[in-house]
Amino acid sequence: MGSNLAIRLRQNFGLATGIVLFCVVYLGYHLSHPKGFSSAVLVQNSNEVFTLAMVAMAQTVPVLMAGLDLSVGALMTMVDCFASYLMTGAAAGTPLAMDFIGIRLTFGTLPGGVPGLLLGMLICLGIGTLGGLLNGMVVVYGRIQPIIATLATGAIYIGVALHLRPQPGGKIDDDLNWALTNSLGEFASTVHIFDDGAASWFAPLAWIPTPFVLLALIALVVWVPFRRSVAGRTIYAIGSAEGAAYMSGLAIDRAKLIAFTLGGFFAGCGGVFLAIQTSSGNADIPQAGAYTLNSIAAVVIGGTSLLGGTGSAIGSIFGALILRVISFFFRIFDIAPLLQPLFEGLILLVAVSISAVRVLRIKNTLELFR
Amino acid sequence: MAEATATDFLVLSGIAKRYGGVRALENVDFACRRGQIHAVLGENGAGKSTLIKIVAGVVQPDAGTITLDGVLHQFRRPAEATAAGVVCVFQELSLIPDLSVADNISISAPPKRFGLIDTRAQTRRAEALLAEVGCEDVNPLLRVHDLPLSRRQMVEIAKAIGQRPKLLILDEATSALTSADVERVYSLLARLKAANVAILYISHRMHEVDALADRASVFRNGRHIETFDEGTRTTSQIVQLMIGRDISTQYPPKPDRQRPPAALKIENLVWENRLQSISLDVGAGEIVGLGGLDGQGQKMLLLALFGVLRGLTGTITVNGRVVRPGSPSDAKAHGTGIALVPEDRKIEGLMLPMSITDNLAIASLKNLLSGPFVDAGKERRAVEAGIERLRIKVGDRADAVSTLSGGNQQKVVIAKWLMTGPRIILLNDPTRGIDVGTKQELYRLMRELADQGAAILFYSTDYDELIGCCDRVAIMYDGRIVRELTGADLNETNIISASLNIATSEPAAAPHVATAHG
Amino acid sequence: MSALAGGLKLSREDRPIAIAALFLVAILIAGTVYTWVRFGSAPLLSPTYLLLQLQIGAFLGIVAAGMMVVILISQIDLSTPWTLTAAAMMATAVGGPWAIPIALGIGLAVGIVNGLGIAYLRVPSMIFTLGVNAVMRGLMVAHTGGFAPQTEATPLMRSLAAERTFGIPNALFVWIAVSVVIVLILRRAPLGRYIYAIGNKEAAAYLAGVQTRVVTVICFAICGLTAGIAGVLLAGYSQKAYQGMGDAYLLPAIAAVVIGGTNILGGRGRYLGTLIGVILIVLLNSVLSIMDMPEAGRQAIYGSVIILMLLVYGRSERVTS
Repeated sequence: MGSNLAIRLRQNFGLATGIVLFCVVYLGYHLSHPKGFSSAVLVQNSNEVFTLAMVAMAQTVPVLMAGLDLSVGALMTMVDCFASYLMTGAAAGTPLAMDFIGIRLTFGTLPGGVPGLLLGMLICLGIGTLGGLLNGMVVVYGRIQPIIATLATGAIYIGVALHLRPQPGGKIDDDLNWALTNSLGEFASTVHIFDDGAASWFAPLAWIPTPFVLLALIALVVWVPFRRSVAGRTIYAIGSAEGAAYMSGLAIDRAKLIAFTLGGFFAGCGGVFLAIQTSSGNADIPQAGAYTLNSIAAVVIGGTSLLGGTGSAIGSIFGALILRVISFFFRIFDIAPLLQPLFEGLILLVAVSISAVRVLRIKNTLELFR
Repeated sequence: MAEATATDFLVLSGIAKRYGGVRALENVDFACRRGQIHAVLGENGAGKSTLIKIVAGVVQPDAGTITLDGVLHQFRRPAEATAAGVVCVFQELSLIPDLSVADNISISAPPKRFGLIDTRAQTRRAEALLAEVGCEDVNPLLRVHDLPLSRRQMVEIAKAIGQRPKLLILDEATSALTSADVERVYSLLARLKAANVAILYISHRMHEVDALADRASVFRNGRHIETFDEGTRTTSQIVQLMIGRDISTQYPPKPDRQRPPAALKIENLVWENRLQSISLDVGAGEIVGLGGLDGQGQKMLLLALFGVLRGLTGTITVNGRVVRPGSPSDAKAHGTGIALVPEDRKIEGLMLPMSITDNLAIASLKNLLSGPFVDAGKERRAVEAGIERLRIKVGDRADAVSTLSGGNQQKVVIAKWLMTGPRIILLNDPTRGIDVGTKQELYRLMRELADQGAAILFYSTDYDELIGCCDRVAIMYDGRIVRELTGADLNETNIISASLNIATSEPAAAPHVATAHG
Repeated sequence: MSALAGGLKLSREDRPIAIAALFLVAILIAGTVYTWVRFGSAPLLSPTYLLLQLQIGAFLGIVAAGMMVVILISQIDLSTPWTLTAAAMMATAVGGPWAIPIALGIGLAVGIVNGLGIAYLRVPSMIFTLGVNAVMRGLMVAHTGGFAPQTEATPLMRSLAAERTFGIPNALFVWIAVSVVIVLILRRAPLGRYIYAIGNKEAAAYLAGVQTRVVTVICFAICGLTAGIAGVLLAGYSQKAYQGMGDAYLLPAIAAVVIGGTNILGGRGRYLGTLIGVILIVLLNSVLSIMDMPEAGRQAIYGSVIILMLLVYGRSERVTS
């Protein structure tokens, strides 16, 4: 029905604007780029965007519940450091051991080769998910406000990251690095599928950057079903009207736990990819902080309200894309590197202030305080 | 008191509940049957809401038992009550504003496919339930916050019957409904009754209770007073049960004098489409009432005078001077002297976690200074004066104001404003949710303030209050003042017909004794 | 927050302060035990040591004082790091008698901009101050070319930060002065009542005639000013300003305020708690230094301490209606 479509469009207005804005900006970027519209540029862009997009998705979930997760950057960094140990792909396998206050703990050995690699990746994702679960438990059972709870857990995660990698180091399996940070064609040839990428039906798809496909896969396979699950809907309900959600008999605590755990999973994905991309583990505290704060900006730009109840992780992906593309612009326009932070800051400020236009149209000032 | 019989579906025995120092319910025995509409009557503060919340699992009783169909139950949360077949439609809606109608209707047990919510089945279910309540025109995909209040209430009712209740409780469910929707609810209830559902119906509207109920129970001060079959008591008998004493409310006598000059002069006030050229005078020493159906602009008028609305056009004159309050701070300023006792005291009138002293002093701190700081002695004296004048029952002044009863909380709000020495006092439905004793005190206080020279503009949803207290009543309809009633014209018939915007040239009815019923 | 609770009955607001104070003592004891066992001495209990800690604590304390005011009205200020840095950099760049006024002016100006955006445009403070922080960083990077400025702090700045009068560090006097002003505002002035009122229920405060927007601007101005003061002192202490000098103060300031019993959602909290929170964090840091705890362990302990303290008294009510 035509009117139903109109209703859906009106309801997803924030997301639609985000997508349109991104398309315009990205188109402009490629038009201005000397090597615009080439696979190489697309691949490079998608590599630089992936981690922030994942961290932004991680931030979206608590924001939907009118909360905030200040540990997403730290959690991502912690997983990044774990990955630099667990995903080396060493043929002889990786001993799982850790020094902890002078005691050496051993957990066995990770097998070598591809099985070990995949197992290592799974463990890393599991660590991210567990970190999210810890966040959730502190918030739900400790009954501590999310912003402070995650401030504290973030410090713990950074501590663990620093313990793992006091100096940047480690390595990621070269094949894995090559496969996941290039186009689908390279992925296919590295992994030896589809005739090493030469299959005729595959050729038109070979240029698509693998990170982009990964992003779309994670969004489709994890976020979209989650949003249509009862837990997902409960999260929106909590952000919109927690009291009414309780009166309606929704399982609020369970939903909060699931929300933070999901956020941890996304942050873990970001950490794994960052490790793969940089082929090392780096407990970079300022970088972790920057990711956290940028994730908040990405969420807001992507149309999710900090007051909770409306928005989507898909919007946050586009918010992250917009943020990154803006910095790409600086490269091609050769803006003095000294002026870049200033421009980035101004654009961020203007972008988030645009939501304020709504305020100027409100005629009953009491409504501002709701 | 009605004895529980074998055909009773819900049986409450010895239920008690305290909130801090306030006894909300005491030793309540109550029973209702299937296939009957059982009305629950009582003044605000009689304990009806608490009773309902206990049956619906929102709060737990301090003592007593709940039996459903012979089985003892202990509901620790609303979901447990719903599982046992008890569904409640509360006054404060339980809808999620940012979710769609279909989502809300199937919020707790949605149809699923492959573990995920089946949106199409959900939409179909919503359409079916909306049809059952007669609201086929509501599009299930709309977000709830896009719907007007009456439609939202209908969605809430559709959601309730979707849970196939064995006991349906309606708490003032028709208060926000248009008359067409009220009819729909009546026929729905008739169908449910025929389907052997037990129905508990709380309402202040006597004509509704007359029309619908088979049995009625009266509560007063937290106790169950009496249960009787409909038709066995007259209205005045019921009212007497509800208020427990002599039928006629003591309204303070109105002075018989010439209309005083206008202290507050409103000319051609226009705002959005809610106020359409309002003109009204309020004299010093006058109590002018605002009447009419809900939502005709009465509250907006008060907010406009208090500086809360932007984009207002028209002229407001106070004691001969034109004023343009741009905020409550402007309105309260010494030269203008307007005070507003707001609609919702818990959100707009008080900072609940803060102390009684802080709440009382907050609007008049500028008068309590010595140098740049607050003078503790001046503050204490002013606070004591306020407590004494309003006869507020308080313990420790440092206690949070949330520990006070509703009536005393409202007194704190009023005392706070009196401390600013206002010349014009606006009251937004001040007696809603207040016990009868406090109401009487407020009526006396209003007349006293008027006699001391204040100009009072008073919005109330209670006709008897308007008739009893006010020198003049302006009835509003669709953002305009359609009639001003005074003297002998000020009677219930004229108020009702003016509220419905029916022109009437009927003479005033025989002298009308003001009765106190909701 | 008006009359003090009589006798020994600990009101809801006093409990966190008492617990934080106890915890502080516990840290002192634990640290002393450690140094006794390890070094055979108890440096933690020496007045010199404690004074030094307080001197270092002054920087964090001043930032936390301003942050508390903003948190009390249910907002937050994430622009403190680069406001502080900008104030420090411009003070050293300008030098002479104008150094300190310029720094304070910058802090004030940034605070006012924050306040205007948040009070009048109603942009959520989390995100607006984030943007302002980025802009301040951009301005400073553009101004300094990305390097630490070579200019030095003025002698007055150095004196305020590093030297002592009558054996007490001057920085401590500055902190005390700031504290006195904040306490006077919060407890004795009408502004303080308005702050708590807005933090509790902005709608009710507005309808009581409180000029909520003006108060918001003032609160952010105070927070910016304290950031400026801290910038002056930090630059004085290190003799110069440097990139990112303010970053290490943001989260500890928020933590100190919260550990001290102030509710992160606003409306509740006493300044004494913030003071104790600051001292607790500073002491914890230094005890961990003495123990040669690597940064990794420090961060983990830092986070665990916050959670532990909040579990003991920071629990919010379950939302039921």
